[in-house]
Amino acid sequence: MGISRRIQNHPRMLAIGYRANYWIAMRLRFLIRLLGAERLARWLYAPEEFSKRRIFDCRMCGQCILHSTGMTCPMTCPKNLRNGPCGGVRANGHCEVKPEMRCIWVDAYDRSQMMTTYRDELHIVQPPVDRRLMKTSSWVNLMTGADKIEVAGWDDSRESEV
Amino acid sequence: MTQPPPKSDGRLEKVLRAGLFAVTAELNPPDSADPHDVFDAALVLSQVCDAINATDASGAHCHMSSVAICALLTHAGYSPVMQVSCRDRNRIAIQGDVLGAAAMGVHNVLCLTGDDVTAGDQPGAKRVFDLDSLHLLRTIRTMRDEGLYMSGRKITERPRLFLGAASNPFAPPLDWRPHRMAKKIEAGADFFQSQYCFDVPRFETFMQRVRDLGLHEKAYYLVGVGPLRSDRAAEFMRANVPGVHIPDEIIERLRKTPKERKREEGKKICVEIIQQVREIEGVHGVHLMAYRQEELVAEIVEESGLMSRRRIADRSAPNSWRAGRRGSARSESHAGQTQPGEKQ
Repeated sequence: MGISRRIQNHPRMLAIGYRANYWIAMRLRFLIRLLGAERLARWLYAPEEFSKRRIFDCRMCGQCILHSTGMTCPMTCPKNLRNGPCGGVRANGHCEVKPEMRCIWVDAYDRSQMMTTYRDELHIVQPPVDRRLMKTSSWVNLMTGADKIEVAGWDDSRESEV
Repeated sequence: MTQPPPKSDGRLEKVLRAGLFAVTAELNPPDSADPHDVFDAALVLSQVCDAINATDASGAHCHMSSVAICALLTHAGYSPVMQVSCRDRNRIAIQGDVLGAAAMGVHNVLCLTGDDVTAGDQPGAKRVFDLDSLHLLRTIRTMRDEGLYMSGRKITERPRLFLGAASNPFAPPLDWRPHRMAKKIEAGADFFQSQYCFDVPRFETFMQRVRDLGLHEKAYYLVGVGPLRSDRAAEFMRANVPGVHIPDEIIERLRKTPKERKREEGKKICVEIIQQVREIEGVHGVHLMAYRQEELVAEIVEESGLMSRRRIADRSAPNSWRAGRRGSARSESHAGQTQPGEKQ
């Protein structure tokens, strides 16, 4: 936990990593035509989970918004909140549900303030989670566009173009 | 505040739009199947407030449901604020409940994330949290303004609802709280009801930021207040009720008070807080939460000098407790708009 926290406390570096990742994913879209999304998902799921679980404690929601939340995974919030902290955050900045855990939104806010590129994306109203995408690869969903869910009330402004 | 057409036909919105200081109060939901428990509690509150909040298993404790309380209250002619928490129901259930509530004559909905199941007496329950409070606000706003479910399917008669959200200026990250309020307005909030305010200086700092961001002109803000029964009750609340911040001075003041006068002192503190927050620009009303002390609500309103306001409110929004039929209620609400309220 110590090392991953230390890595997460450098959100600017992680954001550069995210951008690179996005850039690569966009350029590898031809692989979907070549190999099929299903096979690609089979190959990419494990490496994605391996790397993101270690750094972000990623829950593989399949619709990653890490860069909009200070490079802090919102699914690690016990209430699965996607839009910011609840009113139950303790005076010491710890979680209402798990008193021993720091509120992930307190971390997310501090980290977003350190960022330059995606700093203000914390204020975007994120759409609800599509539960069908749980336990799928967000990299593949990004390539296929499966994570751009159409929900009435949200125009498709979720994914900022890099 | 610029005045777009009203969003609901309810008294709360009318009173706020008229520029009057609004009073709402929380009804303690009964642990019984007797409707008179609801009516008795509502009768006490209705004489002093503009809307009654029907809580949705607050603190994750099971009580009569908010939908059922709203059904009883609207049937008796009261206009409640239905609280909807995301803890117990998924998006399908919530959208259906909201539509049904609007059909019963509910004009106000307060969108909450909800306390976690571990805060209650049945911590082994499954938590849902399919949506969060902002998803809920945006979803109901879309139902109201665009006549669409989340899926994009059409609603033939749109629910006319005044949308509320919670605000806790006292929980970390403090710097983010005003921005969070902005985000909730962006998601669809028309009014806010805050967590208990016992720390007026900290609240003033928060309100300063809110004014700097211009949010006090975009939504109405009702400050949560309530009487403390004793220093022990205050300490219990601080330790066990999520998100409640009580400064040491308040607890110390109650501790120094002799036992038989503690309740009186708690009420006095509440009245003082109301009088202080009322002077703050951007505060449009108070939300009274008197847990198991409903009989004190009327005294608090009286002693804070809010009863004169009440008489003006009655003139500016006559008979609007009644849910009424849509047609007549709508024309009435437009009439209310042209009549400028007396600023108190």
